[in-house]
Amino acid sequence: MRHLLSIADLGTDGIEEVLALTDSFVEVSERAIPKVPALRGKTVVSLFYEDSTRTRLSFETAAKRLGADTMTFSVGTSSVKKGESVRDTVQTIEAMGVDALVVRHGSAGVPVQVARWGTSAVINAGDGWHEHPTQALLDCYTIRERLGSLEGRHIAIVGDVKHSRVARSNVAAFTALGAEVTLVAPPTLLPSTVEGWPVTVSHDFDDVVGSLDVVYLLRMQHERMSEALVPTLREYTAGYGLTVERASRMADHAIVMHPGPMNRGVEIAPEVADAPNAVILDQVANGVPVRMAVLFLLLGSGSEMFAPTERPAEPVLAEEEVVRG
Amino acid sequence: MAEVVIKGGRVIDSSGDRIADVALSLGRIDEVGPDLDTTGAEVLDASGCVVSPGFVDLHTHLREPGREEAETIETGTRAAVLGGYTAVVAMPNTEPTIDSAEVVAWITEQDALCHVACAAAITVGRRGEALAPMAELVEAGVRIFTDDGSGVQDDRLMRRAMEYATGLSGGAILAQHCEIESLAAGGHMHEGEWSSRLGIPGIPAAAEDLMVQRDLALAQLTGATVHFQHLSTATAVDLVRQAKAAGMAVTAEATTHHFTLTHAEVASYDPVFKVNPPLRTDADVAAVRAGLADGTIDAIATDHAPHTADAKEAAFDQAPPGMLGLETALALAITELVDGEGMALSEVLALLSWRPAAIAGLAPWHGGLVAVGESANLTVFDPLLHWTVDPAAGASRSRNTPYAGRTLTGKVRHTLVDGEAVVIDGQAQR
Repeated sequence: MRHLLSIADLGTDGIEEVLALTDSFVEVSERAIPKVPALRGKTVVSLFYEDSTRTRLSFETAAKRLGADTMTFSVGTSSVKKGESVRDTVQTIEAMGVDALVVRHGSAGVPVQVARWGTSAVINAGDGWHEHPTQALLDCYTIRERLGSLEGRHIAIVGDVKHSRVARSNVAAFTALGAEVTLVAPPTLLPSTVEGWPVTVSHDFDDVVGSLDVVYLLRMQHERMSEALVPTLREYTAGYGLTVERASRMADHAIVMHPGPMNRGVEIAPEVADAPNAVILDQVANGVPVRMAVLFLLLGSGSEMFAPTERPAEPVLAEEEVVRG
Repeated sequence: MAEVVIKGGRVIDSSGDRIADVALSLGRIDEVGPDLDTTGAEVLDASGCVVSPGFVDLHTHLREPGREEAETIETGTRAAVLGGYTAVVAMPNTEPTIDSAEVVAWITEQDALCHVACAAAITVGRRGEALAPMAELVEAGVRIFTDDGSGVQDDRLMRRAMEYATGLSGGAILAQHCEIESLAAGGHMHEGEWSSRLGIPGIPAAAEDLMVQRDLALAQLTGATVHFQHLSTATAVDLVRQAKAAGMAVTAEATTHHFTLTHAEVASYDPVFKVNPPLRTDADVAAVRAGLADGTIDAIATDHAPHTADAKEAAFDQAPPGMLGLETALALAITELVDGEGMALSEVLALLSWRPAAIAGLAPWHGGLVAVGESANLTVFDPLLHWTVDPAAGASRSRNTPYAGRTLTGKVRHTLVDGEAVVIDGQAQR
């Protein structure tokens, strides 16, 4: 695999590989000095056309823990403001010598285009309504941590699926690992068709809530009101919010997930967000080792990835550095 | 004595099909028949080729004036003659807009390799607010009125345009880019399976269908002659079919890409596949083909829409819509409709030449018979030649063809505009 643009790039085996590797990086993260030199000498650039401090920090932390050098290219302070095209920006950054580009863009498909235009490995960190594959991977890891496996589990993705890259990646990832996925949303917040999607659809949250192993809530954005997609937030919450009452009808083992940032009181009641079965902070915590695994799979080589940083550099790494010149 | 003799071709026009040489002088056809005398004449070999009345494109964006970095009248008409066109109808979305006799005169005066007829805007500046001076424009030679790129949204204004047009001499036609903006706004591809999967905001087919319905209702109300541009949905084709069956004065065109490509192409996220109306479903493509085959759709148009490489290297939802078409239209028609659908070559030539010529008011100057005394606007093409589309080899100033690397059948060999051989053996002569 050269790039991670969508969950389909990984397939079931690829997802399993990332999750297995994540276990090892979780162990690294628990060390006193949570770093390994696996990507020493590699340069990872975050190319963020959309503000997302949490995703960017998670990737940069992951890269640093692998010993890579990191750089950030964010729109507000860059030549993009002066009208530079994405292609020119990519080629300019690559001319500096870059191994991976972590790309976030408000338009679907930009990471696919960047992969076509450039020479470095591209990781999609969220593109428009399209995909956010590392979010899906960390979600899978979190579910496994809590429930052991996704096989046969019933997961509802609730809310604004239409505009959600997280939903598109998660449908692909959850079903690849054997889960049964139900999309729960008013018709206006679903894609115009889910033909070909391996999901069922429900407009009745109450009908499915008791049968779920995972309730995955999506962020409800206020601007959807102005687009006449739902009449009022109040009506949305009444029908599709995870209220205290609805949460009380979830199975005892079932967990609540959210990709953040949450709108407390809209898609999720504050009490539910803070309950012990809400794993929202676990999702964030798992983001770093999952992204370490992805970066390592794309950029790593050799068998020394788990060596503590304190040890002298291995010959393999030294050679790599020479080759890189 | 003839200036040019086209030797050994199969002549096809609206009257039939025969093997004959064609001799030309002073922009007219002198003689049609076997073994014509070539003494002193330039001989154009047409063995294995078809000699047809020149093609007429009802829908060309020449970009000049205003966007010369993408195309000029010179480069656009060079692409046109290489594609076998002897006349093109230039769309009015230039800067300035073609909405006055002055702009029409300016365009008409420019050097061009084929004839350029101007379509003019229905509304001033194509802003959809006030009617353009339609009588002045008809006087200047305009026949087709369109706010192409954006249909006239206001129902009352469109009604007035139609009513007013019925009082103009020479048969003004109102041509519409059918799209209800409030439904289409924010969309960048056909709304359906692929837009859902790719996360690109969609344009529902209903946005086109509704405006076709509205314009048919308004045409019934006013008695105006209407033309539907680039039909792309099965429902729109059906609506036009019903209107024709009811005896309405309605014509329609379809583009080569709407009978060739589907929305599945967008999976690459390459904006070269972004076009408006968008590429739609297999069922829509089949309906467009059926409409071409049964006469519901009168003409193949290109909607040749050049854009610079820079403009097309943006994110899909930020790139401008449009694709090149002039140099590939004949080959796509032969490959997809003759070879693909079993249509007769003469039916395809009707769609490329004499029927659009009649709609544009250019007949019989263009699209006439290949007969003594007729204008020498002719296309000679090899209907069997295979060739591979290379964007860099095109004559257009832009490169945004969606067919790069495709092998197609059928290529223009010679094009004659008013008797002048502007393309000889596939090479533009100026």
